[in-house]
Amino acid sequence: MEEIHDHGVIGNCRSAALVSRRGTIDWLCWPRFDSPSIFGALLDDRAGHWSLHPTAPFSSRQRYVPGTNVLETRFRTAGGSVVVTDFMPAVSEEEKHELLLAEHEILRLVRCEGGEVEIESVLRPRPGYAQGAFRIRDAGKLGVRIHTDQGLMIARGSVPLAIVDGEEIRGRKLLREGDELYFSLVFAADAPAVLAPGESCRKLYEHTLRFWRGWVSKLRYHGPMREAVERSALALELLVYAPSGAVVAAPTTSLPERVGGDLNWDYRYCWLRDASLTVRALFGLGFDDEAEAFVSWLLHSTRLTQPRLRVLYDVYGNAPARERELDHLGGYFGSRPVRVGNAADEQLQLDVHGEVVDAVAHFVRRGGRLDLETERMLVSFGDYVCRRWTEPDEGIWEPRSGRRHHTHSLVLCWVALDNLLRLHDQGHLAGIPVERFARTRDRIRREVETRAWNPRLRAYVSELEGETVDASALLIAWYGFEPPDSERMRLTYARIREELGAGGGLLYRYRSADSPGEAAFGICSFWGAEYLALGGGSVEEAQDLLETLCGYANEVGLFGEEIDPVRRVAAGNFPQAFTHVGLVNAALTLSHRLRGRTPHHRGIPAADSEGGAAS
Amino acid sequence: MNTSSWLLWGFVGTVVLTTIMAGSQGMRLTRMNIPFMLGTMFTPSRDRAKLVGFLVHLLNGWAFSLVYVAAFHALGRATWWLGLGIGFVHASFVLTAGMQFLPGLHPRMASEHHGPTVVRQLEPPGFLALNYGVRTPVSVLIAHLAFGWILGAGYRF
Repeated sequence: MEEIHDHGVIGNCRSAALVSRRGTIDWLCWPRFDSPSIFGALLDDRAGHWSLHPTAPFSSRQRYVPGTNVLETRFRTAGGSVVVTDFMPAVSEEEKHELLLAEHEILRLVRCEGGEVEIESVLRPRPGYAQGAFRIRDAGKLGVRIHTDQGLMIARGSVPLAIVDGEEIRGRKLLREGDELYFSLVFAADAPAVLAPGESCRKLYEHTLRFWRGWVSKLRYHGPMREAVERSALALELLVYAPSGAVVAAPTTSLPERVGGDLNWDYRYCWLRDASLTVRALFGLGFDDEAEAFVSWLLHSTRLTQPRLRVLYDVYGNAPARERELDHLGGYFGSRPVRVGNAADEQLQLDVHGEVVDAVAHFVRRGGRLDLETERMLVSFGDYVCRRWTEPDEGIWEPRSGRRHHTHSLVLCWVALDNLLRLHDQGHLAGIPVERFARTRDRIRREVETRAWNPRLRAYVSELEGETVDASALLIAWYGFEPPDSERMRLTYARIREELGAGGGLLYRYRSADSPGEAAFGICSFWGAEYLALGGGSVEEAQDLLETLCGYANEVGLFGEEIDPVRRVAAGNFPQAFTHVGLVNAALTLSHRLRGRTPHHRGIPAADSEGGAAS
Repeated sequence: MNTSSWLLWGFVGTVVLTTIMAGSQGMRLTRMNIPFMLGTMFTPSRDRAKLVGFLVHLLNGWAFSLVYVAAFHALGRATWWLGLGIGFVHASFVLTAGMQFLPGLHPRMASEHHGPTVVRQLEPPGFLALNYGVRTPVSVLIAHLAFGWILGAGYRF
């Protein structure tokens, strides 16, 4: 089993695979992010993998081909060096009219860069989280066929592949400088399956490079830490489910928040609490198509439950699979249980309406127009908030220890109503009960200002009348509830640093019996940098902190949900959209401040001054 | 063929089918909105699409009811249970083959194979239109059974 931070990710915006620094694909779910795994060795060595590396002892490094999601793993042995290039083919929709592509495919190209290296591929499929039935059959030149309940997979390569004990597929070859090989694995639910492109896979490689470079050329960011921002954008794109526009939190399940612990959750779903921050990041970087598709998904895929919003949905807006434990899997370094499905969707989180409405406000800021149906939907959200804001909820961090009156949830209720009123004032939204919304908004503000402020701690605390701080209070300034340079925010930041600081600029999200021993939280640490960039600190302080935090990315620039404060390596599900969103937003805010612009513009333009994109 | 009977009961059947689907949407049983789905073939405007889609849907209803009427004539009778049977076949076709064809026909609908390019499109319905809610097949089946029942019971030779 290999460590979380020793991985890169490849994907095609419908599914993703993790590739370790030793050249092993040890996590892959096809055909969708939340489908059962085919390779799951990251959670149990017996749960399937596809290794491809030299047979002799080696050292290895990984990197992405610049500006792409094509991953290179470079191996050095005593005899020579070889590079393995992994990717899922990516071409534009126009090119798809001319190319016959497999439904899903992984291509692995091998090239010997010097000396002599013997390389071996071992493909050990274990579909259905290692519980599914499968049958391997040699089809000669047509490859090795793997029949599963989910579909057919076909493995091919430019070396002979042998079936060993009906359980795995092996191929091996001695390479000399300049020699090239390819291996491929395709998945097909429909018959006839499209076979891998054989020797012409180099052409598909060129297509894929061109696609990603074309995509990344849309990046409109010229501020500090550009390389980290670009990698974050590419990682975020891999977590978008293209057919619906949804963004999954991570492509993995049950990678633990603490090794050996039981805080192991399935993150292959879409959390509404990430909405506003994600939309702001995508628009801010210039990826308007992705941002608009996500807003559209937010509004229309969630319709079955509106005005109530679930905490999370699957990529088509349905409830996530029922949470269950897979007892037959040992877990990441013994971190059990392994869970699939997610029960957090049954929780009440009153912040989600604020997140969604704020995402819509970003959309309008960028020239989007609201249609009548969306207007009605937004009004129903405001009405829901007015009816429910006094209730306790589970809050942003989803503890399973009961409901409380969380400060963050109340602030987001205020955000929902404040944005609705602003949209109304500017002529984007009709039919709202202005007086009721304004009265409730003001009551929420008073409640937060009086009961969420702890005069003894001199900080906004995690819950009303509470005695502990929570890093989510850093967002109070981000959402415009309080100016970042106000005394209260400065004191709150100082208290959070003091009580939640994990060293090296990192922050824990809270200190609680709910998650003992968990690592520092990635996005909370970036919230700290963004708060400084917003005006809570100097430009130099913000830039120094942002640079320090970016230094905790793994070798290929990826972050997990958490960062081990001692070893400074990734923990939790990986790669994590929320952490990369935090990095991007902090960088955007700092970049704006460096250029003398309002760090985080929250104004809404009048309806008659908009650009005119339709909703 | 009795044209006025076909036009009348085809219209009534389509209105009832549309009402059942709209009611299912209102009761949060499904997100599927057939007029919207059809209308966005012609216009990206959400509000206009529903009106255009309803008119197209009405014409479709008459076209499909013509097939029902043809079947009644071929079998020499028109009864509620015969209409129900044809409605069942109709719904099964729509949910299985029809939903699979739709992304290929619809200029603004993504397919399950769409990507990595991300643009704002209509999500594909998927097998049995389950992407629009797990109870969608039930709503579609009931609406089509009602459509067939009305035609079978109402049409006169």
